[in-house]
Amino acid sequence: MSNWIDIAAIDDIPQRGARVVKTSEGCVAVFRTGDDEVFALNNACPHKAGPLAEGIVHGKSVTCPLHNWVISLETGEAQGSDEGRVATYPARVENGRILLDRSFLRARVAA
Amino acid sequence: MTKKLVVIGAGMASGRALEHLFEAGADYDVTLFNAEPRGNYNRIMLSPVLSGEKNYDDIVTHDAEWYEANGVTCRFGERVAQIDRTAKTVTAENGDVLRYDKLLFGTGSNPFMIPLPGHDLEGVIAYRDLEDTERMMALGPDNRVVVIGGGLLGLEAAAGMAARGVDVTVVHIMGHLMERQLDEAAGYLLRKALVDKGITVKCSANSKEILGVDGHVKALLLDDGTELPCDLLVMAVGIRPNVKLADKAGLAVGKGIHVDDQMITSDPDILAVGECVEHDGAIFGLVAPLYDQAKVVAKTLMGEEGTFVQKELSTKLKVTGCDLFSAGDFADGEGREDIVFRDPARGVYRRLIVENNVVIGAVMYGDTADSNWFFGLIKDKTDISEMRDTLIFGPAYQGGTPLDPLAAVAALPRDAEICGCNGICKGQIEDAIAAGATDLGAIKATTKASASCGTCTGLVEQVLAVTLGDDFVMPAAQSICGCTDMTHEDVRRMIKSQALKSMPAVWQECGWKTSCGCHVCRPALNFYLLADWPLDYQDDPQSRFINERKHANIQKDGTYSVVPRMWGGITTPTELRAIADAADKYMVPTVKVTGGQRIDLLGVKGEDLPAIWKDLNDAGMVSGYAYSKGLRTVKTCVGTDHCRFGTQDSTGLGIKLEKTLHGSWTPHKLKLAVSGCPRNCAEATCKDIGVICVDSGFQVSIGGAAGMDVKETELLVQVPTEEEAIDVIKAVTQLYREHAKYLDRIYKWMAKVGLDWIKERIVDDLDERDALLERFEVSQSIYRHDPWAKHAADKAETYQPLANLSLEAAE
Repeated sequence: MSNWIDIAAIDDIPQRGARVVKTSEGCVAVFRTGDDEVFALNNACPHKAGPLAEGIVHGKSVTCPLHNWVISLETGEAQGSDEGRVATYPARVENGRILLDRSFLRARVAA
Repeated sequence: MTKKLVVIGAGMASGRALEHLFEAGADYDVTLFNAEPRGNYNRIMLSPVLSGEKNYDDIVTHDAEWYEANGVTCRFGERVAQIDRTAKTVTAENGDVLRYDKLLFGTGSNPFMIPLPGHDLEGVIAYRDLEDTERMMALGPDNRVVVIGGGLLGLEAAAGMAARGVDVTVVHIMGHLMERQLDEAAGYLLRKALVDKGITVKCSANSKEILGVDGHVKALLLDDGTELPCDLLVMAVGIRPNVKLADKAGLAVGKGIHVDDQMITSDPDILAVGECVEHDGAIFGLVAPLYDQAKVVAKTLMGEEGTFVQKELSTKLKVTGCDLFSAGDFADGEGREDIVFRDPARGVYRRLIVENNVVIGAVMYGDTADSNWFFGLIKDKTDISEMRDTLIFGPAYQGGTPLDPLAAVAALPRDAEICGCNGICKGQIEDAIAAGATDLGAIKATTKASASCGTCTGLVEQVLAVTLGDDFVMPAAQSICGCTDMTHEDVRRMIKSQALKSMPAVWQECGWKTSCGCHVCRPALNFYLLADWPLDYQDDPQSRFINERKHANIQKDGTYSVVPRMWGGITTPTELRAIADAADKYMVPTVKVTGGQRIDLLGVKGEDLPAIWKDLNDAGMVSGYAYSKGLRTVKTCVGTDHCRFGTQDSTGLGIKLEKTLHGSWTPHKLKLAVSGCPRNCAEATCKDIGVICVDSGFQVSIGGAAGMDVKETELLVQVPTEEEAIDVIKAVTQLYREHAKYLDRIYKWMAKVGLDWIKERIVDDLDERDALLERFEVSQSIYRHDPWAKHAADKAETYQPLANLSLEAAE
């Protein structure tokens, strides 16, 4: 059985935008960059748990809507002088569909 | 014994395969079918034929003599009706049955026609063959054409016809041209080049219907209601492998005819080559892999070893005289970084995509001289860590100097307007410098540039720096953000004077150092563009802060607050009941009365927003824009309606003002108030714009504040009538929209330009006031609406989670 879960069409997320996927342990934010890459991160800023999915996406970063922390979509690390890290999950696009890794989402439940 | 080879389709790939066969002296008796009534020609060269640089004879690859010399039986203008794989025969349309030992499919591809209503009208064509080309060549300066499709083929058709004087409009569904080969920035440059050739380009445009009259195409209707009249409509939106015959014959077919590495289909005696094949999941449209396939086909037919390998592809194109190049992967994947280079002066754009110190993709526009070098780096997976700092400048510039931050201003032509207030162009400033004005004060004194509102000061200084070099010491100025060296004022002037109407245009012409800006510059640019070009620029929600994107205020726990408008602070029992019902229904934890005389519902879940808006809309209420850098509220007192001191109908004026101003975006939030007498119960004198009613009329004052700073408004003008008060307020709002820096409230803007400068335009110069009013109304024709109704109707789905895996994860 494949470990990749088909989530949605990539066009369901606007370029430089994000949507959330609900899980039993809170939301995962799925981002689409201007270059159509996708990234999945825990939808909570390491600062004050701001909903990152609502931030402005630029390059491969997102700016938290609450206090403007800039988070790398690739590593989940806070940029600049801020310190903290958000959990990231494997995500990819295949034939225009966004896929998330099932085992990682499970790990998240266990954690 | 001579074997029989039947070839179906005389295209570029099958033609090349035959050449290889005959050159190698293979012993085949060939019959060549072609649906088009002619033999092999170079389809790629149809564009030069269209533009008149070549004619058909120039692009024929194989003529009648060649076929005869090689013993090819030509059956041009004939289709193959049927294939019997057991008997190994093909049946021609006229009933002839031919035996084959080997059969080669070269059926190519079909243009994809969007099944829009009216696509079968006379005058709707594809761009595929000589007939299509001839239809386009028959047109001239009296004709209008619409081309659907902003890919390579569509643009070549458009440019070819434009060269013949035809009035051409290109309609493209995506946000930028050639999106598969180019990124936004390069797409912008290409668009600019096409517009310079007189071609109209409409991106993000959805075709709705093709309109006809007497069975002939008349116009294309877009879904926004725009009608584009045309005599001919060319659809160039893509191609699909032509697999019909192969499918009918029972061969394995997916997107194309399945072939293995030897180009053999699921039947060992049948091969396929060219655009009709699917190899390892890929289909092919560029000529290089087709020629590789042709080589392999010839080897396989001769019983030799040949293997088709898909190679790393690059596209180097000259689209209508514009050089562009793309290679490798510039999308999809983690761990990638961009290196961007822009030279506004030469219209050059380069972007490299680097992963693990290896270049994996490149996009170049304007100057593609170094493309082979970069392509080599991609193919060879060269480690670039040593030359990373100078990599982008190309092989000749290793160790070169970085881009000059003054390049954008240096690139401006002499007639570029620098000072909008006084109409001073770059050339006049240069002349003044040449005549001895060497600092800002002297330029102001001699040309009046930057002597009025002062927002162009930065640009004037840059002209001084460019012209005088080291003799001019540039005062330190604050750039918008790390993406650019330019200030807000510089960028605003560039947007106006260079008519920059899209975000990629600003990034390119102002030399942005990042690929797509950041959270600081994008909201500012989005405002400047929509304020200066309301009809041309498409508002970009992704460049807005969440509150303006979702039309609600985000709270610290990720919930939102919802504030319906109460025009002038007036409500009704029915509205209050609807608000109470909504608060109950959506379990709103906090209901609060705001300082702007309305009711705030705090703690609404993001998913519930469209539904609560719908309920409030149904009760007649609309968005209060309580989240916007735009008009918030017009606070009022009860005025002459009830108050024994009231001098005018302050409530009525407040409602009128709120109705006319609502929906307008401003550099920062805009709060108004109207008090019915100088007792000032509505606290009008600490608002951005305040009106105090007196017996003899209306005192309009501006620049108040009651936040981090507290300021009293200053009188702009007293006017006798309500109508004039409204006009003055609309005009001053527009002046503020056009000139202020993003996130400056009116009082901060006023401190920079001075109240007198504002008075000159609003009070003294009535023509200017009228012009401001007109521009305000143009903008409001787009933006004066209720976003809640629109989002509840069209975008409700986007407020929901993308997927719900709550159960999935629990398993």
